[in-house]
Amino acid sequence: MSNQLFSLARRWLPFIILMGLLVAAPLYLSDFRLNQLGKFLTFAIIAVGLDLIWGYGGMLSLGQGLFFSLGAYGFAMYLKLQASGDKIPDFMFWSGLKELPWFWAPFSSPIFAIAAAILIPALVAGVLGFFIFRSRVQGVYFSIITQALTLLVSIWFIGQQAYTGGTNGITDLGKAQIFGYSLMSAEVKTSFYFGTVVILGLVYLFCYFMVTSRFGRVLMAARDNENRLRFLGYNLVSIKVLVFAVSAAIAAIAGILYVPQVGIISPSNMGVIPSIEIVIWVAVGGRGTLLGAIIGALLVNYGRSYFSESYPAIWQYFMGALFIGSVLLFPAGIVGSIQNFANRLSRKWGSERTATPEAAATDLMVGIQPSQAKGQS
Amino acid sequence: MDAMILQLFNGISLGSILLLVSLGLALAFGLMGVINMAHGEFIMVGAYMAYVFQTIVAPYVGGVELGIWFLLAIPAAFLFAGLLGSLMEVTLIRHLYGRPLDTLLATFGVALILQQAARSIFGAPNVNVSSPAWLTGGFDIGTGVLLPYKRIFIIALVVVVVIALYFYLYRSANGRRLRAVMQNREMASALGVRSRTVDAVTFGIGTGLAGVAGVALALVGPIGPSLGTFYIVDAFMVVVLGGVGSLMGTVMAALLVGVSTTFLELSTTATVGKVLVLLLIIAFLQWKPAGLTALQSRS
Repeated sequence: MSNQLFSLARRWLPFIILMGLLVAAPLYLSDFRLNQLGKFLTFAIIAVGLDLIWGYGGMLSLGQGLFFSLGAYGFAMYLKLQASGDKIPDFMFWSGLKELPWFWAPFSSPIFAIAAAILIPALVAGVLGFFIFRSRVQGVYFSIITQALTLLVSIWFIGQQAYTGGTNGITDLGKAQIFGYSLMSAEVKTSFYFGTVVILGLVYLFCYFMVTSRFGRVLMAARDNENRLRFLGYNLVSIKVLVFAVSAAIAAIAGILYVPQVGIISPSNMGVIPSIEIVIWVAVGGRGTLLGAIIGALLVNYGRSYFSESYPAIWQYFMGALFIGSVLLFPAGIVGSIQNFANRLSRKWGSERTATPEAAATDLMVGIQPSQAKGQS
Repeated sequence: MDAMILQLFNGISLGSILLLVSLGLALAFGLMGVINMAHGEFIMVGAYMAYVFQTIVAPYVGGVELGIWFLLAIPAAFLFAGLLGSLMEVTLIRHLYGRPLDTLLATFGVALILQQAARSIFGAPNVNVSSPAWLTGGFDIGTGVLLPYKRIFIIALVVVVVIALYFYLYRSANGRRLRAVMQNREMASALGVRSRTVDAVTFGIGTGLAGVAGVALALVGPIGPSLGTFYIVDAFMVVVLGGVGSLMGTVMAALLVGVSTTFLELSTTATVGKVLVLLLIIAFLQWKPAGLTALQSRS
């Protein structure tokens, strides 16, 4: 009984503490810092989504920045129309457009904008995933194809000045109003912060139950030995497509939450480098540990904002070293290392480990890092 | 008709540069199953090598116009980029053996560091390399269409490199060892091939070729710290399309990507053309998932 309680606490206490800290953040952070934390929490949401597909599914998507930006652009289109009132958005006017393009028109409805912002990235991921996984492309091929897509779409968005705002992106969203309140007002900013915390919690729980369910075990099995699972009769294409689409939708949700808090979205959030940086957040925190994705995203981004303002060159070197060090020296990441350490301690003290399937699954997640597993190429 | 010939020429020119870049990627991928994200930065290293030779070496060997410095820069870039690549294999990639996705991330870290190093040494703005006098102008094919000598030189350079690589791979003892390790690493090791040495040497040859590509690119455009990133994604596509079976697969894939990119860009816009090429490659993988040529192996 006490063992059960212990393992329950071990599983949920870190998450509850983290959520508690985040909910209480307005008490100890200034408005500026709170807004910054809110932005970083949207990054944490993308990281959880990437951890789902990479940490548990072994598919290293280098396109999460693209899905994030597609979501962000979708919601930014609504906000821009809202901010512009009766006129067409300013960048269209500057590019010589007289009328609103037809595909912009439906985005004046917030419901449509949010639905499209989530569904379009999920659909893109689903269709791309279907064709990639159907031809059994895996491993690094999947990574470089998603990266190529990200690069091309970001170049394309820059080229379509009249429809996407080009290099500047969609700017000046601060004038928009939500339910009669200005986006810049403290109330709206605080509510978006809390909204982000709640959605981060929900996304975490969703992914947690997904990976601890039977579905999650099939996913991890596919990561570790794809052929064996195929011989056992599982349809891996649909499983992988589903997970890829879900992770894209999660990134898109993060984008929707990002835009109103930052007030701008541009192709600089979309390209190759932003997409691969998401990977490093997860790697630093510990892949295959959803909590690690959150912690990694927060740590790396706080590190960036601390260093890059004063020493941008050093930050670039540090970032490079982080990529190398996190895979070479600490493949388990922060949370993974702590879990390994805790496991070793509990074994040493002779407290018998609980033999529930969940505990076994957690051990599996900690013990076997995805990329060390065989069956990948 | 003239426009078509010019486009075909441009396509072959682009394809030959892509080929030079992708050969190293394909060799490393076939041998070790890793994709080197820093491969583009070795192009950049080679290009800056040309710049350094132009500013430092040229005055001693007859000046910029004569172009001896340029001919010297090609082997120098090959050696320097090759040594740097071998160093990277020995210190980093070797330790990530069997973890291809981790290798991808670690090499991306190397790419960031190399880019920043170039920025620290040469500054962030682009620099220009002026080509030797005998490479200015072009070859008139009779109807007023001018094929620039620079691009003809690049194509000729690539032809020489590919022939040399063919003899290395298929006619030398080292090449035989390389192919043996590529087909079955354990068996080759058991028979006495030092597979680790083969890895380091092959990786170095690959990055060295990227360095040569960099010198060639210095002829046709400005050089900046992020030069490599413009070509690397196309080079990845060449590897995906060509498969890792043979030299021929990479050659065909590079020319195919080069020519179809230029033609599709002509009929649409530059980015739409590239998107179409990517979609065509994904469609092609439905038919032949292993690429144009697949390695026959029982391992």
